[in-house]
Amino acid sequence: MADSTTTAPSQGELEHASALQHQFDDPLQQYDSSTLGMWTFLLTEIMFFGGMFGAYTIYRYKYPEAFASTSHYMDLTLGAINTAVLICSSFTMALAVRAAQLGRKRAIIGFLLGTLALGTVFLVIKGVEYHEKYVEHHIPGPSFSYPEHPEYAHTAQILFFLYFAMTGMHAIHMIVGVGLLTTLLVMTIRNRFSANFYTPVEMIGLYWHFVDIVWIFLFPLLYLIGQHA
Amino acid sequence: MSTTVLEQPRVHEPVNYLNADYGWKSWLFTHDHKRIALLYLFSITALFFVGGFFALLMRLELLTPPGDLVSSDTYNKLFTMHGIIMVFFFLVPSIPATLGNFCLPMMLGARDLAFPRINLLSWYIYIAGAIITLSAVISGGVDTGWTFYPPFSTTYSQTHVVLTAVGVFVSGFSSILTGLNFIVTVHKMRAPGMTFMRMPLFVWSMYATSIIQVLGTPVIAITLLLIGFERILHAGIFDPKLGGDPILFQHLFWFYSHPAVYIMILPGMGVISELVPCFSRKRIFGYEFVAFSSLAIAVFGFLVWGHHLFVAGQSMYAGMIFSFLSMVVAVPSAIKVFNWTATMYQGSVSYETPMLYAFGFIGLFTIGGLTGLFLASMGLDIHLTDTYFVIAHFHYVMVGGMVMAYMGGIHFWWPKISGRLYPENWGRFAALVVFVGFNLTFFPQFILGYHGMPRRYHAYAPEFQVLNVLSSAGASILGLGYIMPIIYLTWSWFRGPIAPPNPWDARGLEWERAPSPPPTFNFETTPIVTEEAYNYANEMEAHVGG
Amino acid sequence: MKDATHITHHVTPVRTYLIVFLTLLVLTVTTTKVAEIDLGEWNFVVAFLIAITKASLVVLFFMHVRYSTSLTKLFVCAGLFWMAILISITLCDYISRDWQYLPQWIH
Repeated sequence: MADSTTTAPSQGELEHASALQHQFDDPLQQYDSSTLGMWTFLLTEIMFFGGMFGAYTIYRYKYPEAFASTSHYMDLTLGAINTAVLICSSFTMALAVRAAQLGRKRAIIGFLLGTLALGTVFLVIKGVEYHEKYVEHHIPGPSFSYPEHPEYAHTAQILFFLYFAMTGMHAIHMIVGVGLLTTLLVMTIRNRFSANFYTPVEMIGLYWHFVDIVWIFLFPLLYLIGQHA
Repeated sequence: MSTTVLEQPRVHEPVNYLNADYGWKSWLFTHDHKRIALLYLFSITALFFVGGFFALLMRLELLTPPGDLVSSDTYNKLFTMHGIIMVFFFLVPSIPATLGNFCLPMMLGARDLAFPRINLLSWYIYIAGAIITLSAVISGGVDTGWTFYPPFSTTYSQTHVVLTAVGVFVSGFSSILTGLNFIVTVHKMRAPGMTFMRMPLFVWSMYATSIIQVLGTPVIAITLLLIGFERILHAGIFDPKLGGDPILFQHLFWFYSHPAVYIMILPGMGVISELVPCFSRKRIFGYEFVAFSSLAIAVFGFLVWGHHLFVAGQSMYAGMIFSFLSMVVAVPSAIKVFNWTATMYQGSVSYETPMLYAFGFIGLFTIGGLTGLFLASMGLDIHLTDTYFVIAHFHYVMVGGMVMAYMGGIHFWWPKISGRLYPENWGRFAALVVFVGFNLTFFPQFILGYHGMPRRYHAYAPEFQVLNVLSSAGASILGLGYIMPIIYLTWSWFRGPIAPPNPWDARGLEWERAPSPPPTFNFETTPIVTEEAYNYANEMEAHVGG
Repeated sequence: MKDATHITHHVTPVRTYLIVFLTLLVLTVTTTKVAEIDLGEWNFVVAFLIAITKASLVVLFFMHVRYSTSLTKLFVCAGLFWMAILISITLCDYISRDWQYLPQWIH
């Protein structure tokens, strides 16, 4: 960079010069690579959840009535609230990334805290739902029972298994996301980001939005189909 | 073609990636893609011999018709562990993690991969997966077959299924991270002037392989998780008694495992695309065709998985579609074989060790690939499935193809990696031993399968004994053929003649712009690429011109 | 205009994010209410289409794909396409399992 040889480097230039890793020629290459890398990782996540969506599709095709019967045991209110919570968290996350682009440290911290809080709310509500399932003996395994529709007992257990698998995997991704957001918060407080270097914020933002999108599909598939019956 | 041997006293050795830093920490915490490639090389070689050990025990048992060496339960464990270790811990990572890691950045003119720390992480994940799986092996093994089919794996098997599934699950992330790294590197880290159509074909193959790794591996990850949960909870997702469908598992499993075989073979094809032009002193014939056929194999390879389910209970109509698509996927592979052959035509072919392995690959892969077409025809498959014909088919492509390419690549790039020359006569001898041993081991298996000998049985009908004895004899010769390079390559690392920067007079940035071995950051200055790849043509014209 | 030493990327206005956010909330309420009406098979179709719309809004605006390179857009499409392959071809097996194996005229 020609600038830094003629004038003393600014705080921003020092920070972003040290943030440039040795294998990259310039910050733009580093940023583009990070973005492409995160998108590639999200592709793997699409396929990971895709396997479960596939299993769900097949069994829904095979056993539509059994599946419809189980949707009464999905708490529609909590599910809808959780969907709204995650959408709000995506909004705050997008604003956090925007604040990072503009180098506004306090705004970043505020929006990250908001996203963290909303993510935690989601997990708490999920915990409440799981507890309801536990009380109703709808957790697959030895304690499972489905006395209301004994003819669907086996296939309903498969649906509940998929419910826990999909929402459980989603929740694990949320927990990881909460951890990543906390790390971002600490990094922001320690002045690691500026308008010239905010890549981790944007990358974790992409991850967070992806986890939101998975829920956007989980909600109708698990909670809404069969509600009218 | 002569190679110049330079005698240099060690004290004047230039700084390269091997001597830049010493001590175990400099290796275990390295970010250098070349050192990570060596870490992988050692681990993968060790696991290859573990997997080979199980094969040895199997072939010993199969010397006699009755099951007299081991019990049937033990035999089940032997073929399972042979399969799991060879597929997940040798074949899938082999070329990508060793030669890919070492060569890809250099071939592109880059200083390192896009994400060096993720590269190191992927090795640690590989080791973790290997330790978990080996601990399952040591504590009694698994007997489900490497394919983990339920309901046996979820309900009836009394072995360490969950532990093994976890080990394989973990190793999958190593594969995903390597693929991710390669994709980003190819898109973003090419040197100035290195357009896509100037990239070496090895890079094209690695790119196609990486696509498969990234899109396919997550599916087996979730599938193995489902198996694990099912084994613990017995919710019924794959249990017919509880409304589940075991064939759904097979769909999910083979959605990855079929493309996985292309993860295994594409890098091998990439190596051959480097060897053939170099040892024919001629530009590759049909560069674009070879490049795009790699992508075509990657894409079409995802559409054929149902050919593993022909007799499983899949619908006949789905079977017809998969059968047709399986024929289609053979076309790009055949295109490559034609292009390699056309490259050799009117070239100046020489018979160094890497080229011997390349010849072996082209012939044996062709046989293996053609026999795949037999299996892709549903009618024939009804008779051939689950027989030794299938085993012969995949060993021809995997061992006769992929492992030969791996050996050829290791020998070809050995001077670059080690800075030493291996003993050429031993190299050629070992290549011949491997070729003879391989064919003696696996050709009889085609005949055995055709005559109906089933796979995964430790006993067989007495009329099959002669062919089985031939096969076992071949296996011991093949084993010798693999042990020899271990010995002479290790010897050459310490005592071999010092290699010049480009002993083969090959084209490519790693040969023409970097010494052997290269410095840590590969190039003194970033290369600027002005020529097409495989620029051997000038040499031929000069030769012909007089 | 991209200068390699400094990263200047499209900064989305807050208004855009706000409109997208409110649209997402409206669509969530819509899909929840529509689910209570019996539309037969169409319930699934409507719910799925609304989900796709919501996901697209998140991808295009919150994840900045609308302002990203063609390569990024290609990657997104590829991922969705691959998941579609997995689900649709597997489903083909199950849908065709009960079909008549031979058409009548062959007998």
